[in-house]
Amino acid sequence: MKLVYFAWVRERIGRMDEDVDLPDGVATVADLVRWLKARGEEYEYAFENEGVIRTAIDHVHVKPDAVIAGAREIAFFPPMTGG
Amino acid sequence: MIATIRIQAEGFDVAAETAMLTAGREDIGAVVAFTGMCRDEGGRLAALELEHYPGMAEAEIARIAASAQERWPLAGLTVIHRFGRICPGQEIVLVLTASAHRQAAFEAASFLMDYLKTQAPFWKREHLKDGTVGAWVAAKAHDDEAVARWS
Repeated sequence: MKLVYFAWVRERIGRMDEDVDLPDGVATVADLVRWLKARGEEYEYAFENEGVIRTAIDHVHVKPDAVIAGAREIAFFPPMTGG
Repeated sequence: MIATIRIQAEGFDVAAETAMLTAGREDIGAVVAFTGMCRDEGGRLAALELEHYPGMAEAEIARIAASAQERWPLAGLTVIHRFGRICPGQEIVLVLTASAHRQAAFEAASFLMDYLKTQAPFWKREHLKDGTVGAWVAAKAHDDEAVARWS
């Protein structure tokens, strides 16, 4: 599964994207965030206020309870400030 | 009606885009154009840097455009959003809405901008006049309030 990061989430994690193999039990976006935060302090820092972070699965906004099975690309990013 | 949606680094010409939207059309009675500009924040700002999520930016704007078309009888719709470095005085975003009557065009343009600001995956960062890279622009609560009025 490909993970992509944008704006200050990308900067805090220190990479734009990565491919990950997820263990059993990582079923939802919230599970994935919990798993990522356990990987290192850069992830802990990026998700320190995880209620703020937005998620998209395959280019569609989703909530933390969204199921990630079958996703090709999951993106994490701050609230959007375009326009 | 097919919406024109472009994500691009280069600038745009509002008059040329409007002419393209209305070319050969005799059913359009109203075109509303909204242009979002980069301001200098009281002289502090040298530029804004706009990051975007390629692929999702187009897809999300297409979804927003489709929901505007469901709500209002639009005869034409153009959304252009720039990315990259944009200096004060330059344009960032264009929304054109065309309809037989003005009310639909005004409301749809407002709806599109409210959703673009809160749902389209773009992020602004400040570059300051003193040469330093400033902060990522924080999302504003009043933008979320603005979008809530449509639901």
